Amino acid sequence: MQHILIIVFLPLLAAIIAGLGNKQLGNVAAKSITTGALFVSCALSWPIFLQFLGGHAEASVVPVLKWVQSGAMTFDWALRVDTLTAVMLVVITSVSALVHLYSWGYMSEEPDQPRFFAYLSLFTFAMLMLVTADNLVQMFFGWEGVGLASYLLIGFWFRKPSAGAAAIKAFVVNRVGDLGFMLGIFGTYLVFGTVSIPEILHAAPGMAGSTIGFLGARFDTMTVICILLFIGAMGKSAQLGLHTWLPDAMEGPTPVSALIHAATMVTAGVFMVCRLSPMFETSETAMHIVAFVGACTCFFAATVGCTQWDIKRVIAYSTCSQLGYMFFAAGVGAYGAAMFHLFTHAFFKALLFLGAGSVIHSMHHEQDMRFYGGLRKHIPITFWAMTAGTLAITGVGVAGFAGFAGFHSKDAILEAAFGSGSQVGGFAFWMGIAAALMTSFYSWRLVFLTFFGKPRWIQSEHIQHAVHDAHGHDDHAHDDHAHDDHADDVHAHAAPELGSRGPDYSQHGDGTGGYHPHESPLVMLLPLIILSMGAIFAGYVFQHAFVSEGEGEFWKGALVFHEHLIHAMHGVPTWVKWAPFTVMALGLLTAWYGYVKNLSFPKAVAAQLGPVYTFVYRKWMFDELYNTIFVRPAFWFGNVFWKALDIGVIDKFGPDGAAWVVAKGSTYAQKVQSGYLYSYALVMLIGVVAAISWVIAG
Amino acid sequence: MSGFPILSLMLLVPLAAALACLYLDAKSARVVALVATLVDLALGIVLWMNFDVGGAQWQFQERHELFSGFSYALGIDGIALLLIMLSVFLMPICIGASWNSIEKRVGEYMAAFLLVETLMIGVFVAQDIFLFYMFFEAGLIPMYLIIGIWGGADRIYASYKFFLYTLLGSVLMLVAMLWMVHTAGTTSVPELMNYDFDPKVQTWLWLAFFASFAVKMPMWPVHTWLPAAHVQAPTAGSVILAGVLLKMGGYGFIRFSLPMFPEASAQFAPLVWGLSMAAVVITSLIALVQDDMKKLIAYSSVAHMAIVTIGLFAFNPQGLEGSMLVMLSHGLVSGALFLCVGIIYDRLHTREIARYGGLAINMPRYALFFLLFTMASIGLPGTSGFVGEFLSLGGIYQASSWTALICTTGIILGAAYMLYLYRRVVFGDQKNADAAAMVDLDARELIMVGALGLAVLWMGVYPESFIAPMRADIAALDARLARAKPEGDAKLAMGKQKPAHEEAAAHEGAH
Repeated sequence: MQHILIIVFLPLLAAIIAGLGNKQLGNVAAKSITTGALFVSCALSWPIFLQFLGGHAEASVVPVLKWVQSGAMTFDWALRVDTLTAVMLVVITSVSALVHLYSWGYMSEEPDQPRFFAYLSLFTFAMLMLVTADNLVQMFFGWEGVGLASYLLIGFWFRKPSAGAAAIKAFVVNRVGDLGFMLGIFGTYLVFGTVSIPEILHAAPGMAGSTIGFLGARFDTMTVICILLFIGAMGKSAQLGLHTWLPDAMEGPTPVSALIHAATMVTAGVFMVCRLSPMFETSETAMHIVAFVGACTCFFAATVGCTQWDIKRVIAYSTCSQLGYMFFAAGVGAYGAAMFHLFTHAFFKALLFLGAGSVIHSMHHEQDMRFYGGLRKHIPITFWAMTAGTLAITGVGVAGFAGFAGFHSKDAILEAAFGSGSQVGGFAFWMGIAAALMTSFYSWRLVFLTFFGKPRWIQSEHIQHAVHDAHGHDDHAHDDHAHDDHADDVHAHAAPELGSRGPDYSQHGDGTGGYHPHESPLVMLLPLIILSMGAIFAGYVFQHAFVSEGEGEFWKGALVFHEHLIHAMHGVPTWVKWAPFTVMALGLLTAWYGYVKNLSFPKAVAAQLGPVYTFVYRKWMFDELYNTIFVRPAFWFGNVFWKALDIGVIDKFGPDGAAWVVAKGSTYAQKVQSGYLYSYALVMLIGVVAAISWVIAG
Repeated sequence: MSGFPILSLMLLVPLAAALACLYLDAKSARVVALVATLVDLALGIVLWMNFDVGGAQWQFQERHELFSGFSYALGIDGIALLLIMLSVFLMPICIGASWNSIEKRVGEYMAAFLLVETLMIGVFVAQDIFLFYMFFEAGLIPMYLIIGIWGGADRIYASYKFFLYTLLGSVLMLVAMLWMVHTAGTTSVPELMNYDFDPKVQTWLWLAFFASFAVKMPMWPVHTWLPAAHVQAPTAGSVILAGVLLKMGGYGFIRFSLPMFPEASAQFAPLVWGLSMAAVVITSLIALVQDDMKKLIAYSSVAHMAIVTIGLFAFNPQGLEGSMLVMLSHGLVSGALFLCVGIIYDRLHTREIARYGGLAINMPRYALFFLLFTMASIGLPGTSGFVGEFLSLGGIYQASSWTALICTTGIILGAAYMLYLYRRVVFGDQKNADAAAMVDLDARELIMVGALGLAVLWMGVYPESFIAPMRADIAALDARLARAKPEGDAKLAMGKQKPAHEEAAAHEGAH
């Protein structure tokens, strides 16, 4: 298990070398070092996972360094490896290694490559520290470390104002969650006297039913702590209310979206709930809240995903929605199913993002799907990879037999929600079914808009730019950034609002504008092909380990396992087993009808829905709401506190008032001021003399 | 090492160099000042190496009776040691920061700085209460001169404000000290720390000291001198002001108010919490709307110092150690941030944020270090800012969950104003040709920010180096405070059915 040291610290070392070496080191060296490090980490991680899979490994902890010991509070740097960690290890290192490789192609025109690769490796290190944490504070270290890397990568194209804004938004919104996480850690320490995860989990059941004072009222202890910690999870995993940063995070380069905002970082919240599952189990209220928030998120994000035009934003909302599934699975006690979905989702969502990146790459940084169309003949490998990803996310498969990755994990979640028998479980089940319908719709909509129909490229500014500029390829990388400004907000785009006045799909003719999309280079296709394998087989191959009667042997206590839930899952009625498949087919048909068969249909539906459509299209107005109730008041209060309070009151009646009094008593204010120093020294001297004399006299 | 008056030597070296600087030309004054501060840094390292962790509470003691009770008594414990280390570490950086930017009256400038160093160290080593008072108050005089002579356009007003605020507090404190010496019959700080004053009297004594320390800290609402002073002070003046002088208030609390008046401290704890909560929220929001870089960082200092005060008045080891670490970290980080501002101020001669932008393009190294210090200020784990903040907030949580909640919002607001600053200065496109033409860090600047950066990471990754020397002192203080400790608001109550052994474990945990 000493390999874990290499797995975790090699990416850090690579990040430091590539980051500090930067231009002196050169692009190729920096890329080779970071990518090489990640492939080594990946190669060392799989054997660990397979050992746990085969039941040959035991949980272990490798101490690294003392960190803090203050009174009774101690926490050290240490690397914990158990089944849960092993699952995360392979997810993180595999996706990260593939994303590193993919970026060789995707970022090849970028002048600032070493910095990009250094950030990617730094992110991987922080994520690995998070999942190997043996105490809550180290988890928080990783938690904040991935936040930093995410901030840097979202703001990678820092010249773009929108990238800078999105980076800050991601960090600050996450910090709202961190407030909960930190208070949760404090509460845990207060109650258990330790921040060591195994010790807390051991003692947690004994705390069930106890009460604690918090903010002037009395609550159930474990409910308070779990909810506080869950607020942290909500921030990192973009759950409803704290999700607003995730769509904006698409400002970052697409490989970043695949690694951080789909496969790994955003799943940290799910990981945390699973890691602390014995704690959550002690509070029914907290579990219900987790399930409820997850269910609402999966529904909410799916609705928004149905309306967006930006290919990356559709996938971003889809990620948000899928994270909702994982949370409600955890909330009904099906932690194995939650982790299973996390595992399969990492592969197919990274695939979808990297596939989208390949499309964007071939379409000269155009991200608006209204300007796509008919691409399947031009970029066939990307098309097949995206199709594999879509088959996986929509859960295509035959109940009781086999299917793509998402089929196994999503169905397990829905069956568990239904099988749990609780009210919130039932709510989550129906929300999940509704979301599955929409998932199928928006995923196929994406495929149809992008790969089918006639090309609609000519109206894209990016494409026009590319055609005009066909020979000046050298300064593209530079131009693209300025150009991307158009893509950051759908409203600012050449295509006007709401799609209703967008390009008319029924207008045919040669829409290519003379542009010829090219398939991406091999370094980009290879990761797509490998991830496609994951999207196709990961569900079928690993279902027995993650969700079955034998699950307990796989997890070995790394998370709470309810055998009765497994039985309940098997015992659900047949209609429940077939419901996901039915809605999937329904979604596929609707998307086919609206985006292949009858192109005027979506517009008519949008017009019919009117304000509801607008509300959903504007992402349920969360950004507008938060700007009104948080951002603008913060600045307003800042000004008031500064100008009215500090200057208007404190200074006026404090030093300025005193100055006024003094100046009144003296004809020459100047003299008074310059004379102060000496009088001050004098006062002090007199004071000391007086003091001493008094002491002598006394 | 015993018997060698190392503390006196540390006071003497800068003092002698200060005198020499008065009579030297600019060039030699710079060299003398740098050498003297480096010698003091070396002496500080010797001091640290020889400090016996876990040994006697007071070490390196020197004592010379002067007249009737008043004595030249020096000595340090772990708390003082750490603050001395902070002072001697920052001083050479201050001299380096002033190397080119100060052109007029260099000899006097360096003399003033060296005098500040002597007086700062004096504050931390004094074991006689009147000696402490002299150092404590006299330290303001050279600082006042630095702002008043080498400061910006509005320096007279700033130095006057600075002085006026501190005057009131120091007079009250002196009166209280006189009373204490009269009553206890000793001027020795260690003896006074173990003297039990009548709780009724403690109230008044505590308030008198509070008047002085709250201003020095500075606590809201007596903080308005700080932004004015920082904005006008030269870069090195800001570094030392934020780095060390602000720590004198915290040192005062931990050395005087808490151990000498435990009952009064407990009695007034809610007051301190209230002011700290107000400071975190109000000054953070003010920082958000600043257009002047130095003012922004000055306001952020007030918010950070509030984390120190809640830690001090949390009445548990986490709070106390946390607040010490926040002080040390803030000394490094805010010093470094002021230095970062100074570096670009030297090039463009403006502190206005809007005049910069896109510095990541032409100053990538600068962007890297500025990022590091920004993250440390935000309290990112792995940097020095985190450990102290975490322990302080964790400490106060055990006493009051409301206070913890309100003060923890500082992590959100802090991220907002610091990243907003970073975005406007470093991110974005190059809007101004003159800002775009600025050159990256030179060797001198790289050494200064590099040293600070390493210290910030060291304290973040392995803070044990800094906690170990003070652990015993904090434990002693905690024990002394135990009798007055206010009960927390958690009041954990176990549920009906539970195994007996786990109840026992839980009760252990609650303390």
